[in-house]
Amino acid sequence: MSTDTGAGRLDLPGTPVFDGDTSRRGLRMNKLFMSLRDAGNRERFLADEAAYCREFGVTAEQEKAVLDRDWQAMIDLGGSIFYVYKLAMLDGRSMQYLGGVFTGMGEEDFLAAMRAGGRRDG
Amino acid sequence: MAEVIWGLATSHVPSIGAAMDRGKTEDPAWKALFDGYAPARAWLAEHRPDVAIVVYNDHANGIDLDFVPTFGLGTAERYEIADEGFGRRPVPDVIGDPELSLHLVESLVDEDFDLTVFQELHVDHGFTVPLSVWTPDPGDAWPCPVIPLLVNVIQYPQPRAARCYALGQALGRAITSYPKDITVGVLGTGGMSHQLAGARAGFINPEFDAMWMQAIENDPAELAALSREELIRQAGSEGIELIMWLVMRGAMNDRVTKVHSDYFVPASNTAAGIALFDNRVARPA
Repeated sequence: MSTDTGAGRLDLPGTPVFDGDTSRRGLRMNKLFMSLRDAGNRERFLADEAAYCREFGVTAEQEKAVLDRDWQAMIDLGGSIFYVYKLAMLDGRSMQYLGGVFTGMGEEDFLAAMRAGGRRDG
Repeated sequence: MAEVIWGLATSHVPSIGAAMDRGKTEDPAWKALFDGYAPARAWLAEHRPDVAIVVYNDHANGIDLDFVPTFGLGTAERYEIADEGFGRRPVPDVIGDPELSLHLVESLVDEDFDLTVFQELHVDHGFTVPLSVWTPDPGDAWPCPVIPLLVNVIQYPQPRAARCYALGQALGRAITSYPKDITVGVLGTGGMSHQLAGARAGFINPEFDAMWMQAIENDPAELAALSREELIRQAGSEGIELIMWLVMRGAMNDRVTKVHSDYFVPASNTAAGIALFDNRVARPA
């Protein structure tokens, strides 16, 4: 039998879990990221990022994270990696670049670690 | 009655599709992955089903976080390829099979799987990359009509592994009860171990993946017993996608024949796996 109980949050080291509470906090910001699939929206965003953030009703903290391209803060403030990645793509950034940011390794070392078979626990 | 003739499990990493779309399959970083697909592709080309069902998850392209259906099924005549923000993949739109879809919905709801019904859906890399793994050069059309079966794997709580396996078993019964004599292929997608965010980003667990690859063939019930927490711990926060392989496996017979499998690290930040199973009952020699 599964041991899932539904109670409490998962607490796994170094592992953000995108749960319902996180999703609720990040909803407006994630909707902003989703909107960047559209070329017209990307143009409007780049023309005035702060105004675009206000249009989506994100919090001041989330707006600062977006404007500063503070990828870790976006995750901490409720961003889903699949949504945050839309902004990274707009900047021409890869998932390996983001991996380099989240691990503090930098893109080159992160990429080298992946090519060497990936990272392990401990 | 309809019959599941094969099951294909495969990762759906977007960069696998991008490598194909940009002609990079012979590059040193990718060649081994695509060489590992070749035997499965050759077998599949000889065993074209009448309809395929792709078990997958959307990644902020066809649906957003306004609605988070745990399970969903497409009932459309046609599914457009999503533009994920860098132009749509140069692959054909997907032709559906609404008649079979509606039969599946009714059968599954009657078995207490209360699926969300999608009458319109743009399908993203989670759906099209597995089709490309199967059919690298589709030309103007995929080999057959395809039906999307969606599973929420990106927002916790994902459905339990055991529930995914049970859904697969119900799907198998629903296919068998379809009155038309047609053949069906089922694709389970996603995985294998990977984690995209957090200090543990880049996590790969080859021992877990090897265990999973064995058990998906011989002992899927053991995998169905894994908890969400154990899956996230062992396979990474995105590696939990592997629960979608259990839907595919559940739709097949207890005993299947492995045609081919392969394992490759890294496809982007992911351990990429492929496993192809023949579901036809072995005939005496």
